[in-house]
Amino acid sequence: MTTAAARAAVGVTRPWDVDRIRADFPILATHPRGKPLVYLDSAATSQKPRVVIDALRRYYEEENGNIHRGVHYLSERATGLYDATREAVRRFICAARTEEIVFTRGTTEAVNLVAATFGQAFVRAGDEIVVSVMEHHSNLVPWQLLCERTGARLRAVPVTDTGELDLEAYESLLTPRTKLVALAWVSNALGTINPVERLVALARERGVPVLLDGAQAAPHIAIDVQAVGCDFLAFSGHKMLGPTGVGVLYARGDWLDRLPPWQGGGDMISSVSIDRSTWAPPPAKFEAGTPDIGAVAAFRAAIEYLEGMGLAAIAAHEHALLTYATARVHAIPGVRVIGTAPRKAGVLSFTLDGVHAHDVATILDQHGIAVRAGHHCAQPLMQRFGVPSTTRASFYLYNSVAEVDVLADAVASVRTLFA
Amino acid sequence: MDLSALYEEVILDHNRSPRNWGELPGATRRAEGHNPFCGDQLTLWLKLDGDVIREARFVGEGCAISRASASMMTQAVSGRTKAEAEALFERFHELVTDRSAAERADRSLGNLRAFAGVARFPARVKCASLAWHALRDALGGQ
Repeated sequence: MTTAAARAAVGVTRPWDVDRIRADFPILATHPRGKPLVYLDSAATSQKPRVVIDALRRYYEEENGNIHRGVHYLSERATGLYDATREAVRRFICAARTEEIVFTRGTTEAVNLVAATFGQAFVRAGDEIVVSVMEHHSNLVPWQLLCERTGARLRAVPVTDTGELDLEAYESLLTPRTKLVALAWVSNALGTINPVERLVALARERGVPVLLDGAQAAPHIAIDVQAVGCDFLAFSGHKMLGPTGVGVLYARGDWLDRLPPWQGGGDMISSVSIDRSTWAPPPAKFEAGTPDIGAVAAFRAAIEYLEGMGLAAIAAHEHALLTYATARVHAIPGVRVIGTAPRKAGVLSFTLDGVHAHDVATILDQHGIAVRAGHHCAQPLMQRFGVPSTTRASFYLYNSVAEVDVLADAVASVRTLFA
Repeated sequence: MDLSALYEEVILDHNRSPRNWGELPGATRRAEGHNPFCGDQLTLWLKLDGDVIREARFVGEGCAISRASASMMTQAVSGRTKAEAEALFERFHELVTDRSAAERADRSLGNLRAFAGVARFPARVKCASLAWHALRDALGGQ
């Protein structure tokens, strides 16, 4: 598609009033480095709309109490808010029951929870865990640690030149030794949207449970965990307009009953004597200690904001931006786009001949443009593509075509400086 | 815009054509530098003659700042004693971390003064210092 056609497509996809949306995000009106902020790092963390910031402030000004333990007004209020977010999450990912939703600090903690408890209950020496070369370190290192503890073995699905999972290789890695499959739904470094329905079906046909790292999927894709059929799904609030400090582990059906508890402490017990304890039913069994209640409460505002915008409309806007940005940046001499899968979320990862990604990012920063430069916590993937690092621009619902133009012009200026 | 303050012409030049690039045959010391934050890495070789650094060479993968810094460091420390090289590191480190150091930077820093702009880019201090930390390791310092 030509850049003109791509640009036109942004407008015709849907009347997406980006100016009105931007007005909901106070930080987008700021001027770092004396230039209007062009925030293209939402894959690292999203910005927050006023409703989320207000919910956080309101919580601490009017609603703060500890949950599940007081009879006073504030404790009841906080408990109600906490439970209301759990219900919002259930609805957002189409889970069958709120008891399948565990709050964590984020995706990383959710993956670690499963690695620890599933590992303890089901993984022994000689067993295999299947991951992929495109995993974020947070869905790789916990499994490495588990393998070290148990003597199990890690197998990695290779990635094709376009940045997709090699499905044939994936099938061949599923063997009677496979105890669990743990894969990214969307690649944080490349934007590739993996065919999760198919990946899950292939594993489940063989009786192998699947954990999906949904950190980059939940902000952008309408999720139906029952349709996808995954056993576990992990994602973070802060990448989907919510505060930092809250994440979700979804576990289908009776998994949470079958897994042993992870952290011990308050809230996760049924009764405690000096010698032994019994566990509270899930999800409390996996929520020891006082969580980030304020963040959980404000997370609901983020979910409701996204639902109000509509995930399909958000995805369409991002797709149009990505198409335009790819065409414009690709047209700059010396640019190599890493990750060219046909199905991609709003992530544009690229290298520039003769210029290191950190120099690119430093120069873009002087234009007020925030991008990520580096290995994106996906070093095996960088090795796969033979690059030490890339520059990554990631798009979200509040980004505009004009910002893509600022990006492309700035990348072109980098070439001039380094020529 | 402060970009020219960071990307001085001499830095861009050393990035394009790093000096003392490649393995050093007959090296007596070797050290690796690695920045896990960005993945930058380099290998540094030294040929010591008693207390004097006769020659320094390097290879590595990194941004313009880290590459130019390594290149210019190998030039700056050649012919210096270990103590002189250590002292130079101290002055260089002050230059890239303390904004007010730029004005005080004396001529003995030579073309290393080009890195004064780094002090305004805190995220890039590690890039400028990577080779120098490898040097310290190679010299068996802290």
